[in-house]
Amino acid sequence: MASKARAASVAELNPGESGIVASVGGEGALHRHLLDMGITPGVKVTLVKTAPMGDPLELHLRGYALTLRKDDAATITLRREADAQ
Amino acid sequence: MSYRFALAGNQNSGKTTLFNVLTGSNQHVGNWPGVTVEQKTGVLLHHHHGGDAHFGAPSLFGKKRMQEADNNDVTIVDLPGIYSLSPYSMEEIVSRNFITLEKPDLVINIVDATNLERNLYLTLQLLQLGTPMVVALNMMDEVRLRGDVIHTDILSKELGVPVVAICARKGEGIDELVRLSLDAAENHRVPPKLDLCGGGLHKALHAITHLVEPKANDIGLNPRYAATKLLEGDEPMQELLKLTEDELHIIEEILVSMEKTCGMERAAVMADARYTWIEKLLAKAVVRARPDAENEPTLSDRVDRVLTHPVLAIPMFILAMLLVFWVTFGPFGTWVSDGFSALVDAGIDAIAAWLENARVAQWMQDLLVNGVLTGVGTVLSFMPTIVILFMSLSILEDSGYMARAAFLMDKPLRKIGLNGRSFIPMMMGFGCTVPAVMAARSMNGRRDRRFTILLTPFMSCGAKVPVYALFAKAFFSGNQVLVMTCLYLMGIALAIIAGFVLKKVLFHGDAAPFIMELPAYRLPTPRNVLRNMWDKAKDFIQRAFTVIFVATVAVWFLQSFTLQMTPADTVQESVLGMVAGMIAPVFGPLGFGTVEASTAVITGMMAKESVVSTLAVMAGVDLESAAMVTTLQGIFPTVAAACSFLTFVLLYMPCVAAFAAMRRELESRKWAILAVTGQTCLAWAVAFVVYRIAMLLGA
Repeated sequence: MASKARAASVAELNPGESGIVASVGGEGALHRHLLDMGITPGVKVTLVKTAPMGDPLELHLRGYALTLRKDDAATITLRREADAQ
Repeated sequence: MSYRFALAGNQNSGKTTLFNVLTGSNQHVGNWPGVTVEQKTGVLLHHHHGGDAHFGAPSLFGKKRMQEADNNDVTIVDLPGIYSLSPYSMEEIVSRNFITLEKPDLVINIVDATNLERNLYLTLQLLQLGTPMVVALNMMDEVRLRGDVIHTDILSKELGVPVVAICARKGEGIDELVRLSLDAAENHRVPPKLDLCGGGLHKALHAITHLVEPKANDIGLNPRYAATKLLEGDEPMQELLKLTEDELHIIEEILVSMEKTCGMERAAVMADARYTWIEKLLAKAVVRARPDAENEPTLSDRVDRVLTHPVLAIPMFILAMLLVFWVTFGPFGTWVSDGFSALVDAGIDAIAAWLENARVAQWMQDLLVNGVLTGVGTVLSFMPTIVILFMSLSILEDSGYMARAAFLMDKPLRKIGLNGRSFIPMMMGFGCTVPAVMAARSMNGRRDRRFTILLTPFMSCGAKVPVYALFAKAFFSGNQVLVMTCLYLMGIALAIIAGFVLKKVLFHGDAAPFIMELPAYRLPTPRNVLRNMWDKAKDFIQRAFTVIFVATVAVWFLQSFTLQMTPADTVQESVLGMVAGMIAPVFGPLGFGTVEASTAVITGMMAKESVVSTLAVMAGVDLESAAMVTTLQGIFPTVAAACSFLTFVLLYMPCVAAFAAMRRELESRKWAILAVTGQTCLAWAVAFVVYRIAMLLGA
């Protein structure tokens, strides 16, 4: 389950890489929306691919697929390898 | 007894399918009071078959032989598809207010069984509202196909409410769902309190519940629900409870201390607690056939790899859009459309012959045959095209491809200040502006919604096709497809330019965040597709016999009589001719300053289909005849004038039905009037440029 990536945020993941969410950023509606869609601290997120024009991203988490933009994904930080057990 | 059930669930959970199965054709579509969120209500169907009671519609259109449940008269209110009960979207606010304030007898929570973890997140929030509830696990056929087992008894025990396995698209489990729902409503079984959490959260929740209990009870709210919302920092709840400064201060202190203990921010604490609880529940209740299967691509994933492939995606997307247009306007669409027109014409001839035989007064025959039947017939013959277009769009939507289209198109749409979600309303705009404008409701936030609505009319609607087709036949014989393509592309190009301009002057800032579920690909159910087609056909026929009927009769009347109410010998002498004559000079610089063209422009404001029917009625010739072509060539002396007229028709104000929809959805009369005025001015300017260029080219 450990994160192989050294990415600091979801936006920095490469396609196929996974990470464990450390904190969820964004203000107000965005913050709440990310949490409601299941992006909570401790959840494993996989970056499946980016759209052909480079943005938005497709993530897999909690058994389903979610799309969001790079800018918003950058507010979701990932645990460092050492903390990810 | 009469009951009211609310149907709640995530988007893509099969909620619409279940609603259709439960209510058949007994549906009423309206709006939630005060907001532009669609409200659908229906009456639960019930029919007897072989002695057993079966619930739900046995056939697509809900046969008359079905009776409503014997002693129970159940109304079902379809809540919007939502993921949570946060205070940030209209849909979520409407849903939670309906359940907490209007107090339905029961909530049926439909859950996608293939995606339990995220779907149950809403379930946990719904359970807190203190209303009897039944959970329907949908898409159980797919779960079985994977070989997974879901222990509904464990789910039911832990959630404290009945859980029923169903498959809405196959109608499985519906009887049991209805029986358990009636039972829970009858006995008013309120779900027990769930304890989600230990430690810091529990303490904070307990303290806040204690603090607000009297105030919550006063307005009939579940205190624990109120406390949970306050814990999440929910402002509408603070207002609803009319909390004092002191109370808010105490709550703030409780929350700050909780945040410190839990090590995360307040909304995250609650979301985390819910998801953690769900993970534990699923570990007990779900047995996966192959635990490692999660990392293996499903069939849907494999399809997706091709459809959103880095290189292939865009060509495939263009191909999909072309396919939609080819099916609609190509040989298949033409074949259906021609067959239908032949039927309509035969009907008109039969009625005309009957009127002749019955010796009906000549003026009456003239009104009925040349005014009403010809006008309505022209419009009706266009119905197959609209219905086929909606069939294609419905298939794209139900299969899950529309969400991918939004995914692919987000970046370019973002450049003009919109987001990927705008793509769906825009695409529907090629069918009809009315549902397209209404589809903009799915957008988050008023800015994005208004922006999308203003650009939708640039997508050439289906009703303009007969105008293009007729002109193409008369002026561009052999180049019909090229002319049509040019017109569609011109509309899109102007939408892009208008987008850039509007972004600069009107809609500053960025679009709302684009966060969207990409549902698994599924085969569309014929039932839903046919249902959608039927709804559109019904809507279209209604329009043909109301708005367009009135418009054609009015046009016939206005063009048959003078101001003194005496029969007019020519159109020029008639009332309509006079009005159109006054307006005609405005179109002089565009090359079509004739009474006929101006009249067609006026009637086109009623419905775009009327543009051609008016030209036909005024010339007194049949639309399909060769005479129509010569008539048109008489009205528009040059090809340049025809180009200019087509451009104007493409861009000027949409029909009254679309205007009414825009007014409602823009939530402002002023905005709607400004929008259509702007469009008409733009149409004039662009048509002028087109006319001049065409003249220079010697057309």
